[in-house]
Amino acid sequence: MLISAKSIGICYRKKDRRIKALDGVEISLCGGELTVITGRSGSGKTTLINVLAGLLAPNEGQVYYDDTSIYNAGDKQLSSFRNKNIGYIPQGQSALANLTVMQNILLPAALAKENKQEFAEYLLGAVGLEKLKNAYPEELSGGELRRLAAARALINSPSVIFADEPTNDLDDDNASMMLKLLKAQSKRGAAVIIVTHDSTALDFADRIFHMSDGRIITKENEHENTLCRPLVS
Amino acid sequence: MKLRDLPAADLCRKPIRTAVLTVIAVVLSAAAFGGQLIVISLQRGLDSLEQRLGADIIVLPEGAENKVDLKNILLQGTPGYFYMDKSITDRLAEIDGIEKLSAQYFLVSANAECCTVQVQIIGFDEDSDFTVKPWLKEAYDGRLNTNEIIVGAGLSTRVGHTLKLYGVECKAVGKLEKTGTGLDTAIYASDETVRGLIKASAKQGIAVLSKQSPEDVVSSVYIKAKDGADIDMLAAKINTEIDGTQAVRTRSVMTETADRLNVISKSITTLTVAVPVLAAVIMFAAFYLISNERKREFAVLRTIGFSRSGLSRLVLTEALITAGAGGIAGVILTAAAVLPFVGVIEQKTALPVLAPKVSETAAYGAAVVVIVLLTGSLSAALSAYKLSHIDTGKILREGC
Repeated sequence: MLISAKSIGICYRKKDRRIKALDGVEISLCGGELTVITGRSGSGKTTLINVLAGLLAPNEGQVYYDDTSIYNAGDKQLSSFRNKNIGYIPQGQSALANLTVMQNILLPAALAKENKQEFAEYLLGAVGLEKLKNAYPEELSGGELRRLAAARALINSPSVIFADEPTNDLDDDNASMMLKLLKAQSKRGAAVIIVTHDSTALDFADRIFHMSDGRIITKENEHENTLCRPLVS
Repeated sequence: MKLRDLPAADLCRKPIRTAVLTVIAVVLSAAAFGGQLIVISLQRGLDSLEQRLGADIIVLPEGAENKVDLKNILLQGTPGYFYMDKSITDRLAEIDGIEKLSAQYFLVSANAECCTVQVQIIGFDEDSDFTVKPWLKEAYDGRLNTNEIIVGAGLSTRVGHTLKLYGVECKAVGKLEKTGTGLDTAIYASDETVRGLIKASAKQGIAVLSKQSPEDVVSSVYIKAKDGADIDMLAAKINTEIDGTQAVRTRSVMTETADRLNVISKSITTLTVAVPVLAAVIMFAAFYLISNERKREFAVLRTIGFSRSGLSRLVLTEALITAGAGGIAGVILTAAAVLPFVGVIEQKTALPVLAPKVSETAAYGAAVVVIVLLTGSLSAALSAYKLSHIDTGKILREGC
């Protein structure tokens, strides 16, 4: 599986201004690779991964998973695809306040009608939250909430993982643990896409894109689509 | 973790929000159910009284209404005593337009010491009767023998048991349906039994206000007009042709009661509609405000893979749980608050009140719960649409 975006354009209005968040973006992402997208605030990084994750339909262009344009699918089909194949770590606090840590992690599996209790226990250990599994999000620190979001994104072993500033709110040790965890996902064959300002993430990157004003302006280690490893399923 | 646990978890972790929504549903349900219950009970009471009388015209001695208001006898069971010569029944029978007529005799004690319970004893003629027997709930075989009585539904005496009247043991052989009127506390007996009771009262030294025997006098005559007969004309004819009597259309007795009932019913119905509408508006506003504070939560659910219809289902399920719980609680609380006090309502309003049967009350309650569920779903529908159509990307990007 190859993820490719062709001529992506996103425009929106802010007060009377028309803002072009993405402008003719072309990008291809492969399984088994950790891709880092960098750029200043407002350069379009988050908007790009939202488009790639099927959360924001572009005004122009198409997003393909293999040869299928995801925005041509119905909402139910696309949502189910997202549940089973895409892990998303949003920027900021994203834990569901009404559920415990364990319930938060298990929710995507419950939606997929799968029992992943054991794997959830493993992920809790991997992100260092095993002692907080019955706690509610209000009892967690900012860093613990980020790690909770990461564990939830990985519960269905997705073939594509989008992480928006995954090391925000984390101390150096936990930031390193988070990046290693994401790197491990790429090693198992998943396509991992990280949006970050954190320069340490670059050390883990197989490929790096730099964005400015809604465009990708530099690409490192760009390759031809034909060289893509298939995504894990 | 099961997906079906999610709405309950959302509601349990937000107790104040859930309590507010549930209380609104309770108010909606209580107003709709309580109002309807009272209006229906009043309407049934009036219908029952109208049917119970079964007559188009009641003939009373002239001036009887000055002594005791007929409505008091009919609605509140206030004992009345007034008499006219029995030969009047023969003269009435000669008038055209009368299909049936039946006389009754009211026996009233001068004090409350006469009997096990304070009641109005009514002597009636079984052969001509068309107003008492149709209401027999528990029928007896054959005819009323001496010292056998039929009791109103409001008396605790059961069929087969006895009641002591002026020292005479009278056996209850039949019981009438509940009418919600003063007639529920009356006792019906044959003229022979009534004569025996008058004699017994004299032996016991208990004064009765009924000085004349049912052999000579009657208190009232109930008349059923022939089909197509002009009832007003018939009443006028009786008033003209038979001196010393007063023919009253039963409807005219009912009219004032019906008018009062209408006023009360309209007021209650207005409240029954206004309060639920207000509650529905508040519920709608509450769901709308809640939807604003839950945008990010729903954006996160979208990233996990919830479809738009899945999010709508979640909002509507939460609304149905709160509306259902509030609706059921409202119905139960209202039933517990209103039904035991039907008698008090009857006294305070001076109107006949007949609560619906348990099965009918349950059906009304179920209908109200369905209405509350529908109101809850409709109130939450816009929020459900709004939350399921949030711009996930924008909310995640802007963090709002």
